[in-house]
Amino acid sequence: MTVPPLLDMRGITRQYPGVLALSSVDFSLHAGEVHCLVGENGAGKSTLIKILSGALRMDAGTITVDGKVVQLSTPGDAQRLGIGVIYQDFKLVPHLTVAENILLGNEPLLGRTPIIDRKAMDLRAAGALRMLNEEIPTGTLVNDLSVAQRQIVEIAKALSRNVRILAMDEPTAPLTDRETETLFGVIRTLKTRGVGIIYISHRLEEIFEVGDRVTVLRDGTRVHTCAIADIDRRGLIRQMVGRELENEYPRIALKKGEEILRIENLRSDKLSPVNLSLCRGEILGLAGLVGAGRTELARVLFGADRKTGGKVFLGGEEISPSSPYEAIKAGIGLLTEDRNKFGLIMEMSVRENISLATLREILTGPFIDRGKDEAVAQRFIGELHIKPPDAEVKVETLSGGNRQKVVLARWLNSRARVLIFDEPTAGVDVGVKYEIYTLMNRLAQQGIGVIVISSDLPELLGICHRIAVMCEGQLTGIVEGMDATPEAVMTFATHRAHT
Amino acid sequence: MTVPRTAFLSKLSGEIGIGVAFVLEFILFAILSPYFFTPDNLLNVTLQASITAIIAAGMTFVILTGGIDLSVGSLVALAGIVTTAILKSDLPGPAALILALLGGIALGAFSGVFAGFFITRFNITPFIVTLATMTIWRGVAFVATDGRPIWELPEVFAFLGNGRLLAVPVPSLIMALTFIGSHVILTRTRFGRHVYAVGGNIEAAALAGIRTGRVLGKVYILSGALSAVSGILLASRMNSGQPGAGLGYELDVIAAVVVGGTSLSGGKGSVIGTFIGAMLIAVLRNGLNLMNIGSYVQQVVVGSVILLAVMVDRIRR
Repeated sequence: MTVPPLLDMRGITRQYPGVLALSSVDFSLHAGEVHCLVGENGAGKSTLIKILSGALRMDAGTITVDGKVVQLSTPGDAQRLGIGVIYQDFKLVPHLTVAENILLGNEPLLGRTPIIDRKAMDLRAAGALRMLNEEIPTGTLVNDLSVAQRQIVEIAKALSRNVRILAMDEPTAPLTDRETETLFGVIRTLKTRGVGIIYISHRLEEIFEVGDRVTVLRDGTRVHTCAIADIDRRGLIRQMVGRELENEYPRIALKKGEEILRIENLRSDKLSPVNLSLCRGEILGLAGLVGAGRTELARVLFGADRKTGGKVFLGGEEISPSSPYEAIKAGIGLLTEDRNKFGLIMEMSVRENISLATLREILTGPFIDRGKDEAVAQRFIGELHIKPPDAEVKVETLSGGNRQKVVLARWLNSRARVLIFDEPTAGVDVGVKYEIYTLMNRLAQQGIGVIVISSDLPELLGICHRIAVMCEGQLTGIVEGMDATPEAVMTFATHRAHT
Repeated sequence: MTVPRTAFLSKLSGEIGIGVAFVLEFILFAILSPYFFTPDNLLNVTLQASITAIIAAGMTFVILTGGIDLSVGSLVALAGIVTTAILKSDLPGPAALILALLGGIALGAFSGVFAGFFITRFNITPFIVTLATMTIWRGVAFVATDGRPIWELPEVFAFLGNGRLLAVPVPSLIMALTFIGSHVILTRTRFGRHVYAVGGNIEAAALAGIRTGRVLGKVYILSGALSAVSGILLASRMNSGQPGAGLGYELDVIAAVVVGGTSLSGGKGSVIGTFIGAMLIAVLRNGLNLMNIGSYVQQVVVGSVILLAVMVDRIRR
């Protein structure tokens, strides 16, 4: 006799207006198993998880837990069945302590009084953290924790509710490499406790590291399920994209133009003097660990943060932007990291988001020329294959990759001479990544200076002509693209100049 | 089935939903009261709505950026006093009138500069800043007049609030112009687009090169100036500058904006919605009056309608 799987979802179908988000998808999960869910943006991964968490209703299909058919109409139903979801944006209350968050809505009381039993709460919270082999003081405010620690608290919170099925949606996106290792340790601990884990990630190497099985979704249908041991990276990408990608990283030969950007002794609160130069047509990578000062350097160049000294020359002329407004006028563009928080206006349409930085150019008298506005949007929707191809939809309805394309379109339209991309492919699937690389190549060929900040080292090695490495606010080394190896970059990234 | 109905409702954009409610209300009163649907009465409704509606147009800009302006009621009083005081000065008639109008509006605009300065420079929430300016301007109005109204104004001034052009009350005309202008600014200019962007995501707006401080400053200047316009009209209608005028207007104005579907968290809404919102409340008051329903009961009804309108709006999303 075989044990029924912990979770069995069959024929799951969900229709959105105009789109079949999920079409008869099967998915199962055993106790103590890590089942990875991969697919391009918009393939239906999030929809499946939302249905499992009770946040979204399915139109057809059955879900069984421990062999019993269950109804998941509300998040409460899912919680009672031991189903937990760790979302990318944590559902924690920043001004409550770790213990208060872990037992939120579940507080132990002193006898029959309505008074919270603080001792019991601390004990139970500490117990949940100990199960994960993690030491976080239970009295700390969540606000004072690092992102990685918050994630641990979020997992402990699920554990304190006896979670048996845990879905994680891109859990490593905000983490450093070391923190990712810690998370994998936690996942292994959870496995030994019999928790079944659904793991969603765009980083394929992680899937090979922690996964037991993998299911590939494409356009709302399940195209492949197999044991991790039975597939390789190339095969997985082929399943996701539905075609063979000849090369993950299209690299172009450098046609070096004259110097476009020169940074001399640039300093700020978080930067030690930085010297750097960038030529037209060059793609320069900025590598380093999280917190190395890469984003800080970009923000200073873009006028979003204050410099305390040093000079910046753009096309030979000194510039000193004190606001993004001035930087853009001078010819610098910045695609921020975390496009949802810093890049897009969610309530606005694709068209309005694209033209936001360049409204001046489509004015007729004091008025925005609606025709020109629409023409610009249509041009980029076509060029970048933004889906759906509708300029009037709100960006909040778009998938991650398409949102990134909208931000890209904004800066492509800005006629910047230097474009800085901060983590342009974070949370973006393989197919769109490829499109973004191709686009950067095209920009470089047009004579634009491109700077790419990325925590994805293979990506930098794959597309950049040169890689500048930062560590603790300092530029510690520059590696030429031809000689670049992960080791060379990591040596500089962990190099402490003043020790 | 609930699915098709919510789908249907969600297709209606904000203004249409409230517009339908307004039309229904209109038909209801037309049936209940024979006098309601007469030109006289309808023009009267627009006249009664005009004072708060003009302020609500400016308030819509402020709320779209995610802010609030509580000082509008006090500005109504202070602008009325500044204008009437200049009218009573020794200047020759026409000069005094022009200076009086400009002076009142300039005061409103100045109040916006003042509030905007504290909001953007010191990053104090608009609620607190305008709560303070509300109290300050009200105090100034009483101090400047010693608590007594300014009477005996030149007759020409009364035309603004009481006169008619082609049978339409002048305040109603000014209201119409205000809304047309505001709508054009919001939907067709760069500033308007920036207002939505700042309210939708101020950080992203700044990083897209929008000078967010300037945008915020401008919306408070606009709100202040339009409050002053209303203050002048009200002073003209009362034929006096009253330090106690406009008390509690901020709440009526915010109600009109919110009923009109503009989100208090910013980034979403329109002046068309606000206009319908203001009219919906004005028609309601008027209809209840015609049906001889007492003012105490009216308050209960108006409050309930505000709640209902916002509730329907929530369900629709």
